[in-house]
Amino acid sequence: MRLARRILLPLLLIAALIGAWQIAAANGAIADALNIEPLFVPSPAEVGSALWENRTLLWENTWVTLQEILVGLGLGVLAGIVLALPMRFSWLLRDTFFPLAIAAQSIPIVAIGPILLIWFGFGIWPKVILVGLATFFPILVTTLDGLRSVDPEAVKMMRTLDASRWAIFRRVEVPTALPAFFSGLKVAAAIAPIVALFAELVGSGSGLMHQIVTDNASLEVDRVFAAVVILMVIGLLLFALSSLAERLVVRWR
Amino acid sequence: MESGAAATTDGGAAVAIRGLSHSFGELEVLTGLDLEAPAHTVLGLVGPSGCGKSTLLEILCGLREPSAGTVAVGAAADAPGRLARCAFMPQRDLLLPWYSALDNAALALRNRGVGRAEARAQAGELFDRFGLAGFEGERPGRLSGGMRQRVAFLRTLVAGKPVLALDEPFAALDAITRAEMQEWLAGALREDPRTAVLVSHDVEEVLYLCDRVAVLSARPGRVVAELRAPAPRAVDRVAAVTDPAFVHAREAALRALREGSR
Repeated sequence: MRLARRILLPLLLIAALIGAWQIAAANGAIADALNIEPLFVPSPAEVGSALWENRTLLWENTWVTLQEILVGLGLGVLAGIVLALPMRFSWLLRDTFFPLAIAAQSIPIVAIGPILLIWFGFGIWPKVILVGLATFFPILVTTLDGLRSVDPEAVKMMRTLDASRWAIFRRVEVPTALPAFFSGLKVAAAIAPIVALFAELVGSGSGLMHQIVTDNASLEVDRVFAAVVILMVIGLLLFALSSLAERLVVRWR
Repeated sequence: MESGAAATTDGGAAVAIRGLSHSFGELEVLTGLDLEAPAHTVLGLVGPSGCGKSTLLEILCGLREPSAGTVAVGAAADAPGRLARCAFMPQRDLLLPWYSALDNAALALRNRGVGRAEARAQAGELFDRFGLAGFEGERPGRLSGGMRQRVAFLRTLVAGKPVLALDEPFAALDAITRAEMQEWLAGALREDPRTAVLVSHDVEEVLYLCDRVAVLSARPGRVVAELRAPAPRAVDRVAAVTDPAFVHAREAALRALREGSR
């Protein structure tokens, strides 16, 4: 029952919305209402056939964007964790590096995008760096908070049970920090595609955003929508995978 | 640290506290305490909230050094030595929710570097005796309050330390479960005598469970009365606590507690 409610109801809503769009697009109601050419309002069926007919091109660009998102997110997560651990153990490191982390987070990505392009060229790396820069911060902050939320009484209890510093870290602090880490991961996973698209917008020769820009210029609106559908699926998958990973790891909740 | 622990199954170390005082900055929490618990006896500490009972247990367990005075557990008078000889059972069970009941009970063994299978086997042997058979694989969240407390006590016993420090072990339980657990703990200590220091604010609990009871005053805590629990006590809790000698001792403790709180 619960499964039906959580899966069936949203699916029904989406189906109804797509159906309504199909009707309104096919009979020209949307174009009439907006006072534009029907060309600009592809129906779901047209978007579907654009997806199918352009599958090779779309897949090539999806693969590029996906790499930017996944490599960037991976580096961001790694950097967030690697920075959080020493900052947990040393107030000196925390006080020294945390302001720097905040400063890095405050860099307007829109502003440094073009410069990174000049530094690193049109390839995948400026995009990866931007995604990494944008995603390490939520991971760092949530992981650090998670590690610091350890119950001091539990630490005392562990010490009387002959726990070394490492045993306390491994058996108490890391599990305590995991739920917070996964909250950070979900935020980072939501940011990553947006930043990757922006980075492609600044300058790129491939990727979904590059394709959207080109298709907009050549009025291939159905393919623009096809790319948008793919991006939505990527976003949903990223969130679903983060949630799944959380449920597999944080099993005691 | 993992190998340095003087783990022993022999419950025979005595606790001796001499002239102990402790302050946090300007705040004096304990003053001039002299207490003793001979090997295999249970010493009870009862006092008003904030009288430094928990601090005393932390000092006993070697988690702190006192500002003044000495605390010896067996031959050890230094904090690391006491830490190796005392196992601490906190007020809240503090079971780690990510481990099963069995892995929680086996924590001390795992901390000392015993392999998982071996640690589980050793801790698992005690589950039956503690009425926990069949619940080895359950996570703490799925156990009742009484069962969680029993797992916590099991975890303390498995540590194999000669001295147990029990900090209001049943304070978080409802009245019925608490009475059951007191009876159960009395039985467990009868079967496997240990030196233990039990802190509580429940006079009846300490008199029922302990051989000797020290009544502490309000902060800064000092000993205002030392009582010997009426012995021999009946095995049945209700019979024990309604015995005229027990009632007499309880009233004496309450009187001392009231005077010490002023």
